[in-house]
Amino acid sequence: MDARRGSLPVPRVRQVGFFTPNAQPAPTRSQSGPPDSSSPPLSDSPASNSLSPVMIPPPRHHSDNLAAAPRPTSPLPVPEPSPFRRRGADNNNALLVGSYNPAETLLAMSPSSSHVGDGESEETMSGGWFRRSNSGKLASSLPSGTFDFSPVQSTAEALKPNKVQNPVGISAPKEQQPEAPSSSKQPKPKLTKAERRALQESQRAAKAAAKAGGGKSVAAPEEVATIKSVKQHQTQKKDAPQVAVSVAASERKGGDKSQEKERRKDAPAPRMQFDDKSRVEKAKRRSVVDQTEAKKRVELFRHLPQYEHGTQLADLESKFLQLDPMHPAIYKVGLQYLAGDISGGNARCIAMLQAFQQVVKDYSTPPEKTLPRDLTAKISSYVSFFTQCRPLSMSMGNAIRFLKNRIAKLSPSLSESESKSSICTDIDRFINEKIVLADRVIVQHASSKVKDGDVLLVYGSSCVVEMVLLHSHELGKQFRVIVVDSRPKLEGKALLRRLVAKGVHCTYTHINAVSYVMHEVTKVFLGASSVLSNGTVYSRVGTACVAMVAHAFRVPVIICCEAYKFHERVQLDSICSNELGDPDAIGKVPGRMDVNYLNDVSNSGNLQLLNLMYDATPADYVSMIVTDYGMIPPTSVPVIVREYRRDHLLI
Amino acid sequence: MDFQVVVLAGGTSKELVPLVSKEVPKPLLPVANRPVLSYVLEQLELSNLKDLIVVVEGEDAALRVGGWISGAYVDRLHVEVAAVPEDVGTAGALRAIARHLTAKDILVVSGDLVSDVPPGAVAAAHRRHDAVVTSMICSTPVSGPVESGSVGAKDKIKKPRRFNIIGLDPTKQFLLYIASGAEVEKDLHIPKSILRAVGQMDIQADLMDAHMYAFKRAVLLEVLEQKQNFHSLRHDVLPYLVKTQLKSEILLNGTPQAEENGHDKVTSESNQTIISQILANASTPRFHEVYESIHNGSPTVQRTHKCCAYIASNSKYCARLNSIQAFSDINRDVIGEANHLSGYSFSVHNNIIHPSSELGSKTTVGPHCMLGEGSLMGDKCSVKRSVIGRHCRIGSNVKIVNSVVMDHVTLGDGSSIQGSIVCSNVQIQERVVLKDCQIGAGFVVSAGSEHKGESLTRKEK
Repeated sequence: MDARRGSLPVPRVRQVGFFTPNAQPAPTRSQSGPPDSSSPPLSDSPASNSLSPVMIPPPRHHSDNLAAAPRPTSPLPVPEPSPFRRRGADNNNALLVGSYNPAETLLAMSPSSSHVGDGESEETMSGGWFRRSNSGKLASSLPSGTFDFSPVQSTAEALKPNKVQNPVGISAPKEQQPEAPSSSKQPKPKLTKAERRALQESQRAAKAAAKAGGGKSVAAPEEVATIKSVKQHQTQKKDAPQVAVSVAASERKGGDKSQEKERRKDAPAPRMQFDDKSRVEKAKRRSVVDQTEAKKRVELFRHLPQYEHGTQLADLESKFLQLDPMHPAIYKVGLQYLAGDISGGNARCIAMLQAFQQVVKDYSTPPEKTLPRDLTAKISSYVSFFTQCRPLSMSMGNAIRFLKNRIAKLSPSLSESESKSSICTDIDRFINEKIVLADRVIVQHASSKVKDGDVLLVYGSSCVVEMVLLHSHELGKQFRVIVVDSRPKLEGKALLRRLVAKGVHCTYTHINAVSYVMHEVTKVFLGASSVLSNGTVYSRVGTACVAMVAHAFRVPVIICCEAYKFHERVQLDSICSNELGDPDAIGKVPGRMDVNYLNDVSNSGNLQLLNLMYDATPADYVSMIVTDYGMIPPTSVPVIVREYRRDHLLI
Repeated sequence: MDFQVVVLAGGTSKELVPLVSKEVPKPLLPVANRPVLSYVLEQLELSNLKDLIVVVEGEDAALRVGGWISGAYVDRLHVEVAAVPEDVGTAGALRAIARHLTAKDILVVSGDLVSDVPPGAVAAAHRRHDAVVTSMICSTPVSGPVESGSVGAKDKIKKPRRFNIIGLDPTKQFLLYIASGAEVEKDLHIPKSILRAVGQMDIQADLMDAHMYAFKRAVLLEVLEQKQNFHSLRHDVLPYLVKTQLKSEILLNGTPQAEENGHDKVTSESNQTIISQILANASTPRFHEVYESIHNGSPTVQRTHKCCAYIASNSKYCARLNSIQAFSDINRDVIGEANHLSGYSFSVHNNIIHPSSELGSKTTVGPHCMLGEGSLMGDKCSVKRSVIGRHCRIGSNVKIVNSVVMDHVTLGDGSSIQGSIVCSNVQIQERVVLKDCQIGAGFVVSAGSEHKGESLTRKEK
């Protein structure tokens, strides 16, 4: 483990305190024993010896197995089940990390353990990259799955003969399997040994087939094998998000090829990198919205779209009647995105789906075309229009994927009106089941966590969190809410208004003061734009800050997020994928047009304004995620993503 | 996009009396040698709105307008010309064609609008806010001649109807108050509820209602039907809608939606409310919603509707030809600063001289001038900032400044025309001096006469 890897923000092992309601910590501040003793595991992993710059130093422990023992610093004993499980995880982990048994690369074949191919590529950046993602225990994060494998199997044999000792490779995972699943796959029903075995076998077969089909590796095999290759290192770095996405799509279930192919089709196209000039040009030619690129672009975020704000809306408005193929409902929603009339993941998703519903209702298949193909193409064009208005959130990507899948799966025997109505009901069901019902379930779960006398801290304005608060209030629980807000959007104000109107006791403050108010807080409830499969919570900018402060104060951080917002992507920072808001909004004070202190300097060349919209909260700072499938630790996100994805598509 | 366009072209307007006549109704008044209606039609055509209803007051005028449109736009536009009786007002005109209106939203454009503001922008603002009515508002055009006008001209600048008093919310998206300057004598009457709901209201007098509206069809028809005494869109319908926006008396489209979902179970209804709740919470609340939510508890549910304003940016040109002064202003602007509207390509000297026109020796045509087809000019003439129509015969030593000369006009030698409008077929004999005059069609100005600030018309026979 080199130092660089160690300094990465996502630590290797993550164990979460409560996963059952019983394990819930006492709400009162005095005994605020960390409900999730998520920090100690940090020190268990060798990687965490050097702390990442953003991390608040956890209490130090030196021994690997220490987690089993009650931590001396915590006033409360760690909840019962957790140490037990942690030991399991630690063992597993220790084996992986400590011994770079080459056979471990073959672990990827085992369906349940996710530690893939970090054996030999450790020196390369890519190795570190995967390692990190793996360490989040994401089953689905097999970027390395396709990436590292082929080198090993195809070309690395000559160089490192011991790598391909299959028997060893297989036997090793077998030993570990009984423990590995217990560490991360709580909510999932356990597979029997036989089942696991069968799955494993089938995957191995698939792998062999894939190998025979020719190296479909992402990078050139030889280069990887001669590990130090700088070239590969660079490609990897550059394509990192793409690889993560595309590979993640082909992850896991790769048992039968057809299914894998299908999944790849479902997967969203790799994100456009806006520092790639030729692609940007190409996209520009296609685009509907006339976007002038910002003159002063923030250097670090060149790969994200940075356009002049303010001109787009007027331009799009003036084209309103000229864009014939655009459905008015689509156009309206696009305008609303662009103007910021609709914000919030759920609302944007619902608005989009309802617009699509309208489109489907008004749709008639042109002659000599088939409905599934033509409608999918149409929807794709609408989606690209939405993307130009505002980058889509991941939840919307999931919804679009669902919709396209449904259209593609329409039986050809259906008549046009039948297919249309079937799509419409599908959309309705998605909205009802994935959003509305999910919200209800989340509210039920989360409000069970609200006790009398609690002081809850919420940040920004999340509709689920709001529902939780209101529902708890209706149940007659006595609690206080601290609404933390941040400029420039000040979304908390609206939430505050609604809460106060319902008679909830509230305190309103800005994020600058979060460390002061955190003393009295007993729980933090946060919403999320998306939860990634390494447990990273992607949410309104500032969420990470709140979560970290809460973590430092040993306040449990509860994320409320519908499962349709889960995404198999892995993201380690908020740089590679983010959204930039209007930079001028930072300098402005709402309601006071005359106050603009940055006016005089904003034209000078050495000032760049950065208005980030989202940030990524590492899983360590999250105690629990409340979803429609129950309350889970962030480590279990990949399980949900994997296990329910199929259901999700079929509904 | 589910928009239907109604162009209210008007008929023989009283305000333009010496200029318009039975032969030349208002829509056909030439602006830079093109009927004023063509500016609207072309702007609409640019926006892909090709199915239009043009409403003209009076049968004769309708025939003429229809004839011209079918000649000029035969392949390009699908225009229906409807004639309505005179003096029914704009509201009456819409009432008359109500059964032709089928689309979800109606775009009502005045036929005398000369503007380069895309109608799509108004439509988009309308749709975005789901408004009942959206009105295009532009800043008041600079009026009066460029050079210091005379006293007579100034009187016309002060035409009160040009100015509106317009109240907007702080985001400048919603219309809170509208009145034309003429109606306001001393005080404005603003409903307290609106002021309370909005909190802050900007009242501006430098804006003008450009008479381009997007209406929700259902609402428009309902209002027109209920309020039979409403005469004009601008004076009655729009102020009514704006005034009642917080206690809406019109049935909004909320009911049909509820019926649609009616066949589902009760659960889905509650789901619907949750969805709408999510949507409402996520969007930035407008004062309408805030007001509604405050009054939700009261037994009588307060319904609101939104009246939006689309404010054209200052760089756009927007003017209405509704007075004589406006006529000369627009003529000046269209060949001057807003020359992209005219559709002509300007020469290097920044003027347009038709190749078939003939100029005598030592005759100069300055910049911002236009000389129509087949016009003849004698020697030593000088034309500045003026429009001269087709087949005019202009003698020697004639000075034309800041004027509009229409078609088939004969100007005698040595005459001088300044700031005037000379209609078609006028004969002006030698050494006539005209300043700020309007000469009606077919009039003969006798030799050597001098007029200042007068309006001369032939007596109707």
